[in-house]
Parts: sequence; C-alpha cells; structure tokens
Amino acid sequence: MTAQAMPSTLRIGLSRGALELRTFMRDREAAAFTFAMPIVLMLIFGTIFKGEIKGTGVDFRQYFAAGIIASGIASTTFISLGVGIAQERDDGTLKRLYGMPMPPAAYFIGKTITALVLSVAETVVLFLLGHVMFGLNPPGTPERWFTFVWVFVAGVTVCTLLGIAVSSVPRSGRGAAAVLNVPYLVLQFISGVYFTFTELPKGVQDAGAVFPLKWICQGLRSALLPDTLLPVEPAHAWEHGRIALVLAAWAVAGFALCLTTFRWKRRDDG
Amino acid sequence: MDETAVRIRGLRKRYGDVDAVDGVDLDIPRGEVFALLGPNGAGKSTTVEILEGHRRRTGGEVAVLGADPGRPTRRWRARIGIVSQTSEERPQLTVRETVRHYAGYYPAPRDPDEVIEAVGLTEKAGARLARLSGGQRRRVDVALGIVGDPELLFLDEPTTGFDPDARRQFWKLIESLAGDGTTILLTTHYLDEAEALADRVGVIARGRLVEVGTPRELGGRATAKAHVSWTGPEGPRTLETHSPTQVVAELSQKFDGEVPELTVTRPTLEDTYLTMIGAAR
Repeated sequence: MTAQAMPSTLRIGLSRGALELRTFMRDREAAAFTFAMPIVLMLIFGTIFKGEIKGTGVDFRQYFAAGIIASGIASTTFISLGVGIAQERDDGTLKRLYGMPMPPAAYFIGKTITALVLSVAETVVLFLLGHVMFGLNPPGTPERWFTFVWVFVAGVTVCTLLGIAVSSVPRSGRGAAAVLNVPYLVLQFISGVYFTFTELPKGVQDAGAVFPLKWICQGLRSALLPDTLLPVEPAHAWEHGRIALVLAAWAVAGFALCLTTFRWKRRDDG
Repeated sequence: MDETAVRIRGLRKRYGDVDAVDGVDLDIPRGEVFALLGPNGAGKSTTVEILEGHRRRTGGEVAVLGADPGRPTRRWRARIGIVSQTSEERPQLTVRETVRHYAGYYPAPRDPDEVIEAVGLTEKAGARLARLSGGQRRRVDVALGIVGDPELLFLDEPTTGFDPDARRQFWKLIESLAGDGTTILLTTHYLDEAEALADRVGVIARGRLVEVGTPRELGGRATAKAHVSWTGPEGPRTLETHSPTQVVAELSQKFDGEVPELTVTRPTLEDTYLTMIGAAR
C-alpha cells in the first residue's frame, strides 16, 4: 500500500473557512442575529442621540459610532463563534469532525477566517453608515490608519479567542445565544459604547476597564476621532501602550482557556 | 497486511462503580460484516465508541486496523469511516457541496459524485440538506462515512426511523459496500437487519459479549426444536419437535390431504435474542 500524502492543515482550514462563510450567507437567522443587530442598534440610537460632547467639538454620535464598530467586531467574533461552536458541539458536528482525519488546527483556521471576513464586512458597513449619517471620517493620517488596523486586528483576535473559549460555557446550543448575550450587553453599557465612558460612575468605569471591549472602543476612537476628545478620555490620553498590553493579556488568557477547555463532545457524552 | 480488522481482549469501561463494558473479547476479520446486538445500556455504543477512538477505555487491549484507537492519528482516522447515531450536517449546503468538502480531508478519497451515486442521491445532489427526508439525510451520513474509501466502516443504528422500503434500499447499499471488501461493524436494534446483512452476530448484554455466531446458528437456532401448528377439530394445536417433517407427514395422513392452517416455524433470531438477553439479566 502506498502512503498518499495527507492534505495539509492549511488547505483543510481554508476549505472550512469557505464552507463556513457559504453557510453563513445562506443562514438568514445567523446573519440577522450577529450581523444585522449592531447595524440596527446604530440606526436606532443614531436617531435618538443628539448634541456635542461638552468642550470637545465632537458629535456624540461619532463617539457612539466608534463604540458600535467595536461592538460589531465583538458580535461577529465573540457572539457568532461562541453561539456557533456551542451549537456545533450540541448537535454532534464537532464529534463528527473529531472522527475524521481533520487536524484540530484546521477547524480553528476556518473559524478565524469566518470571524475575520465577517468583522471586516461589519466594520465597513458600520463605518459607511456612520460616515453618511453622523459625518464620521476615516483615519486622517497614516499613523491613525496604523492605529485603526492594529486595534482592529487585536480586537478581532481577542474576541475570537474568547468566543471559542466561552462556547464551552452554555450547557446546550439552544441556550447559547441567551447565555452569551448577557455579558455582551452588559459590557456594551459599561465600556463606553452607549455613554461617554468618563460619565459613568467610577466603580462602573473600573469594572469596564477590566474587560477588552472598553479598550477596543478607546483604540478605535483614537484612530477615528480628533484629539479634542482627550479631555473626556479617562487618562486624558489615548493610552496606546496600555490598550496593547490589556488586549495582549486577554489574548494570552483566551488562548490558554481555548487550549484547556475546548471539548469536541457534549458534557454528558463521556 | 494484518488480516484482523478489529481485535479486542478483555475490554473494560468503568463509569463510577459500574462496569459498562466488562471484559469483552472479539476478533473481526477483514471483509466481514459484523453486527453487534444488545439492549440499550448494554455497552454496545460504549464498545463501538472506544473502537472509533471517541472514548477511552478503562482496561484491556484493543487494536483497530492494527493501531490503538485510544491514540488516534490522522492517518488512522483516514482509514476508518464512522456513521454515528446522531450527527447534523449544515442544512444550508447541498449534498454535493457537503460530500465534496469532506472528501478534501482524505489522502485518497473516492470520487464525490460516485459516492453520491452509490448512496442513491444523484437526483438530489444539487438539493440543500434542509430539503431532504430523514432517510435521505441518513444516506448523506453514509456518504460522508465512505467518502474517504475506508477499510473499516462503523454503522451505528443506521436505519432507525426508516420506513420499510427505505430500509430495504439501505440494506442493498450496505451489501454493495460489503461486496467491495469493506469491513463493516454494525449496531442495530433490528434483528431482521442483522440477519439480512451480517456474516456474524455478537450479542452484548450487561457489558458482556454473551454469544457470537452466524445469524443461523446463534443461540443454537439451527438445532432448536421446530414448532408445528395447525387447526384440528378441537381447535388450534402446536407441537414442538426435532422432526417436523415426520409430524407433517403424519398430519397429512390424518387429515387425508391439506392440514388446516399448517405452519412450521423455527425460533426467529428475535426469539433467540430475547431469550439470550433475558438469561443475562
């Protein structure tokens, strides 16, 4: 018997990414749930919120737009993956994959590709809406573009890892969306998406600062909004070093959680 | 090449203080269709899942295609096919997309269109899985089980929920796979299925393999007493005998021609099976 070469991990991973995206496009519920939700929220709150943030010359709706872009990234990564993987575990998809000659890394490559493509698309749509409705402008300098890109990549990375890790928490695929939306909603309120972060009570700010969403919001603001906003930023500075540090720490923690908690089978399945 | 597809010695699986599998020995030669029968909770699925590399054993020796399934490698996985009891594929994809995708995981897969043909879904190849019937979806499961051209195929209760016609068609599919030399380990609740498909049958009860034999011989069926039944002047009568031909001849003389409602039966595989698992209880 001649031993044929096994297909490479990358090739299977890419093929899985294509499969996931194709499925997503045809799955109206998932598309509506993870992709359309931030857009709907942007439209609703965009018509409610009014006025400048005092002393900064910045329209609050632009501040909100930067925050909802961060929320959109979390939705297409953390929520989408967390719910999707929990369902795949519950319905036996993961068990079938485990029984096939698929390198585990290929599964995660596929998920990462999906999360990245959807996050880019979500960000583009939200940005264009923000531009048309609230006059949000693209990063004005190469430095700000650079900031935008690294904060985006770091945000996607952290939320993807945490999404994979959190998929082990819900006991059933059915309940996954409900379980994951609780932290997601709370974090949006305490991370400076719907309210100017520094107007939140001190304790709430401290709590928000523990989690990555606050730092992704802040990083995106630093790329998209003028420095006149600095007086209402918590440290009166953009704190790029600290943003990078916090997101890196969460990425390491998320990766460790993925490695230690990921299961191919349901909890009740030995 | 090793002529034994599956070799099990003293297999044990313990959950808490219950031995779900309690010392099973079994050899399945290559090319055989082997059916594992047993009531729910008898250790049937546990045994199969250990062989598939899905579950760890507590004790004993197991070799599947010459390798330890407790340490599954990709190359080993590429040589087996698994059709498990419950598995959902993405309803948004078509049959052809699904089979083609999974073919890409294997070093030497079968042609996806040929596999779709083999499971009788050619007409549905372009249909999304959401639009298939339960039996057709099960055929997709089988297609995914065989797309890698496995040497050994696990079929876990493959026809549960099928209507009789779909089951017959499914049996033909399994027979053709077996005809190609694929070793098949089948679990089922349907005794007629085991009888129709299996070269040998093993009955597992309370974690032990109670008996192994051909469907004809299992539990002494071939030599068991036959039941001769007829309706006489005094009503229905039944006689258990080792010489049914002689009994029928005598009856024929007595009735001077046709014996009313005459039947001669031997215990079905189901009768034998129920006796065996009843005794193990």
